[in-house]
Amino acid sequence: MFRRDWLIAFTFLAPALILLFGFTHYPAIQTLIDSFWTTPRGRRPATFAGLGNYTRMLEDDIFRRAMINNAIYAAITIPTSVALALAMALFVQGRILGRGFLRMAYFTPTVLPLIAVANIWLFFYLPGFGLFEQLRSWAGFSPRNWIGTPDTALYAVTVVTIWSQAGFFMIFYLAALQTIPPSLRDAAAIEGCAPLTFFRRVTWPLIMPTTLFVSVNATINAFRTVDHIFVMTQGGPNNASMLLLYYIYEQGFRFWDTAYASALTVVMVTILALIGIGQFFLLDRKVHYR
Amino acid sequence: MTNTLKSLLAGTAAIALTSTGALAVDLEFYFPVAVGGDAASVIEDLTQAYMDENPDVSINAVYTGSYADTTTRAITAARGGNAPQLAILLSTDMFAMIDEDIVLPWDDFVSEEELESWIGGFYPAFMRNSQTEGKTWGIPFQRSTPVLFWNKDAFAAAGLDADVAPETWDDLVEFGKALTIRDDAGNVTQWGVRFPSSGFPSWLYTGLVASNGQDALANEAGTEVYFNTPEAVGALEYLVSLAGEHEIMAPGILDWGATPRAFLDGESAIVWTTTGNLTNIRANATFDFGVGMLPANVRPGAPTGGGNFYLFDGASDEQLEAAVDFVKWATAPEQAADWSIATGYVAPREDTWDTTRMQEYAQEVPGALVAREQLQYAVPELSTFEGPRITQLLNDNIAAAIVGDKTPAQALADAQTAADAILAAYQ
Repeated sequence: MFRRDWLIAFTFLAPALILLFGFTHYPAIQTLIDSFWTTPRGRRPATFAGLGNYTRMLEDDIFRRAMINNAIYAAITIPTSVALALAMALFVQGRILGRGFLRMAYFTPTVLPLIAVANIWLFFYLPGFGLFEQLRSWAGFSPRNWIGTPDTALYAVTVVTIWSQAGFFMIFYLAALQTIPPSLRDAAAIEGCAPLTFFRRVTWPLIMPTTLFVSVNATINAFRTVDHIFVMTQGGPNNASMLLLYYIYEQGFRFWDTAYASALTVVMVTILALIGIGQFFLLDRKVHYR
Repeated sequence: MTNTLKSLLAGTAAIALTSTGALAVDLEFYFPVAVGGDAASVIEDLTQAYMDENPDVSINAVYTGSYADTTTRAITAARGGNAPQLAILLSTDMFAMIDEDIVLPWDDFVSEEELESWIGGFYPAFMRNSQTEGKTWGIPFQRSTPVLFWNKDAFAAAGLDADVAPETWDDLVEFGKALTIRDDAGNVTQWGVRFPSSGFPSWLYTGLVASNGQDALANEAGTEVYFNTPEAVGALEYLVSLAGEHEIMAPGILDWGATPRAFLDGESAIVWTTTGNLTNIRANATFDFGVGMLPANVRPGAPTGGGNFYLFDGASDEQLEAAVDFVKWATAPEQAADWSIATGYVAPREDTWDTTRMQEYAQEVPGALVAREQLQYAVPELSTFEGPRITQLLNDNIAAAIVGDKTPAQALADAQTAADAILAAYQ
């Protein structure tokens, strides 16, 4: 009897288990193993490299550049898109004219594929005849080459990320705001509570679970969203907009140095895991779940 | 009714059985599309025409995205034991393919006589990126070379002779100064020159180095590079001076893909770009334009570029034979002429230019001849072992010099040192 139950349970679990092992766990373990070997070429088989791929990272200027860039990119995209999403949600939840249209307008960037979006933004940014440039020239400013200058390239791609993901996060905030009981607002109104105090003491604590969820997502996106880099800058000029995942792609699929790419992947996954765990443990204490 | 249907089905089955007899050969063929226009449908028409002539061969032409995507897919498929029989990949991928040990030299599959008549018939400039270690690894097909496009209306408006292209580096600066127009506030409304520098500036830069008197940036074995020579440094200094000292080009990195647009919109009066854009510009220009060779300094010079046919290891003898036969057919004069006219790629063999269709086309579009004439001065595109990595090093350092992070001499010295370290394993 016990054995039969066990068999049935396993049969039900099998599809998910096989997929999970085949496409998540096995590749992850293989990546870890590969990171300790050299890249095999047709003429030269892989040899054991120990920590060779990891010590190489320490001396790799472009890797350092990518880490710094990614830190800046994360430090800007995470708080900005979360704040913008909340602001937009608060704005479109009230009774205002054209609410449906506004909600749709804010959400639209999310449904567009990032590659297509990046191509559009590329033309916005083009010096001389891009949209921003035409606006600037009417205002009497001199043209700037936003994505072709190292000082601005990273920020130019950062803006695209925020633009494309803020609307998505807004949807979660909008849903969270709907769940706040109207009786709380009525009670606050009777007490003569200022809107700002109401937001700080009632709304903000109640939507904290959503903030946690959204900020974890924004963190993952800060490492994962690199589609527009392919279209807009290819990490350039001179690696000024190089991000970690794009660097992994470049090492793995342009230079075919799969071993080094594996080691970089291990580093990235470790960073993401640490941040993810940290966010849950630190923020969880401040989060009320009802 | 049922009977008719049954016999129809039986008939179809019978045909299907006979047509997949022992003689049938299946080929898989990966091809990229790197230019606008309908190159993909032209390739499909080409393979269809071949299959009509050779009913026992079935070619599955798979469009595989950009050059980079195609290389990725071909290498991945080959590593998985599932390689295509044919693929069009960058000519500069030759060393990577040899290093991966997944391609076969063509020489083993053609007769002595064909070695002379077929492989020997391609322009030598194209073969320099296709042969190494005494073998032929690539058959030139979608090959290109960069040229100058100039806006004749803008030339006339600037008081220049609309029919004369800048022939030397000094001409380019002089014409560029006349063509750069500023409004009252000092903002530029038309730039003289555009030398696109995003993505792969090393390609056009190779042309500058060649015209400054250096034959190529790497040796033929693909094991040594020559980045820090006086010729190479001089070429980079000239490039930097266009936007710097002379102020005839927009500062910063200029996007490659937006270059035809910049030319068509009148943002730049002279642009450097590939002959692959000829068809696009011809179809969309609202003004008269000219096509010229890249300007010379010590000598005229330009790189070659584009893709070759590669033959992959792991196929049966019948497949290899059919693949070689298909490529011979595709590079034969009539087919190569169709291809060149439809896309703007340079016909890679002399005999293609002798066909009536090609001669008519050259009459109609004189720009097409410029690329062919330029071939006698052409040098190979940078191609080495660890090619993408070495090229990226050079691209990064060229970009650093353009944006002013490094001096040209410093940038090239850095590129040389880093490249030497990587290539040490192959020397």
